[in-house]
Amino acid sequence: MRSHRDFARGFRESLAGGPAPQNATAQDPAEIERRFDVYRNNVAHGLTQALARHFPAIERLLGADCFRGLARAYIAEHPPRTPVLTEWGGAFPAYLADEPSLQSLSYLPDVARIEWARSRAYHAADSEPIAPERLQETATRAGTDLCLDLHPSVQVLQLLTPAGSIWASQQPGGPAPPRAKEWRPETLLIARRGISHVITSVVRSSTGRFVSALRAGDTVARARDRAGADFDLNAALLLLVENALIVGAGIETGDES
Amino acid sequence: MTLPRKAGLGFKPEHFPAITETKPDLGFFEIHAENYMGAGGMPHAMLERLRADYALSVHGVGLSIGGPDPLDRDHLARLKLLCDRYDPESFSEHLAWASHGGVWMHDLLPLPYTAETLSLICDHVDEVQEHLGRRMLLENPATYVLFDDSDIPETEFLTEISQRTGCGLLLDVNNVFVSCVNHRQDPRAYLEAFPLNRVGEIHLAGHEEEELPSGPLLIDSHGREVAEPVWALYAEIVSKTGPLPSLIEWDNDVPDFATLMAEAKRASMILSGDHHALTS
Ligand SMILES: [Fe+2]
Repeated sequence: MRSHRDFARGFRESLAGGPAPQNATAQDPAEIERRFDVYRNNVAHGLTQALARHFPAIERLLGADCFRGLARAYIAEHPPRTPVLTEWGGAFPAYLADEPSLQSLSYLPDVARIEWARSRAYHAADSEPIAPERLQETATRAGTDLCLDLHPSVQVLQLLTPAGSIWASQQPGGPAPPRAKEWRPETLLIARRGISHVITSVVRSSTGRFVSALRAGDTVARARDRAGADFDLNAALLLLVENALIVGAGIETGDES
Repeated sequence: MTLPRKAGLGFKPEHFPAITETKPDLGFFEIHAENYMGAGGMPHAMLERLRADYALSVHGVGLSIGGPDPLDRDHLARLKLLCDRYDPESFSEHLAWASHGGVWMHDLLPLPYTAETLSLICDHVDEVQEHLGRRMLLENPATYVLFDDSDIPETEFLTEISQRTGCGLLLDVNNVFVSCVNHRQDPRAYLEAFPLNRVGEIHLAGHEEEELPSGPLLIDSHGREVAEPVWALYAEIVSKTGPLPSLIEWDNDVPDFATLMAEAKRASMILSGDHHALTS
């Protein structure tokens, strides 16, 4: 397989900006580079589009030209290591954070984190919410040992910027972006309600800590302790129940704790 | 289990409401396998609903059957999961490669046709068919360059793969036209040499045209109506083979559902031997 392997390696170098492969030919050899450009364009365009599907608000905030330039650089540095494009792009937020020309836009990587989390939520596994009576019954029996299983799509982002409000401002018919005096860290709960509706809710940071603790397997009682000051347990549970995000309940056994 | 010998459409999520409301008379829908490899959510909910009402073709773009690397085991496993879950009437992939050294280019890339690549591809097709426990179809590519070390004509290459592995072929008529125009060859001569008795499905799609000093360069864009010369070739094929499952591929600048249905209707007319379809 030596020669086909060499061919593929050379072809990739040609895609990445090198001259067309040595064995490439055409009726008119002068046209080989123009013809090979179709492959170069297809690859660059296809991957840029795939990234734009994950990060539409980033594309809107930066403009199409700037986004395209960043996407090309990202593709060169983090090419897909999967044939499943819905799973490629997870390193883009960190890439934006490291990009020297974007240092003044501190919210940008956070908006990208939101979009990636939304993408994950959209494709997360399905799980039916627990029936209210079963939740009630388990809660009564469990007392302080109550554990909750959350929907697989549930993610919490603790961000240093108001990126949730900025993300919302980029949606069709969204509110105005936050003004300078409204600049503050935001905590987001991102999850999927049912089959199709991805929620992106700005919540109290204590609620975020509570949900993260539940996610990590803490009992409700311990998660409440971790939530810290300014925590409203009833409001947090209501948020989870209303969005069908509690999919199971159990009683922690001694050996687990 | 095979696809109905009728016109089918590529499924686009934005058409889901129109499809469920109007239940159009179509032979099948085709999906790109890699778009349905998430764990859950809307993609699978739509696909389950679609599958309940229609025959299904699963069309892969990521296996890299023509690449030098061993087939990706994880990807084969994902394909098996998808095929086991939806039990499609057809699974197809491409005579092309898409990955190398663990990196996916996400394009269908061309390769030289040699004894070496022939035996490599036959091994890969065997492996896919064994792993999925089903026969697959392999599709002819649209190409923009040739390779001077290719010493087997594409039609002979595909015939040989099909005979050695038992796989069927997916004849993309637009790809035939695009490649032949690009390489200044006669598409009718290509089709004359093509083993039509191995064809399990036909693809029809639109292309764009650029101008090179030596003549046109056609680009397989899947972004518009099927071109007239491609319809003409399709009618000639069908007059020889009889009706075949025939897919309209429109993946970019996707129009409304009615526009796709008009294309499918034209394919249906040709399938039923109505020659007015060629002059519309
Ligand atoms: Fe095709």
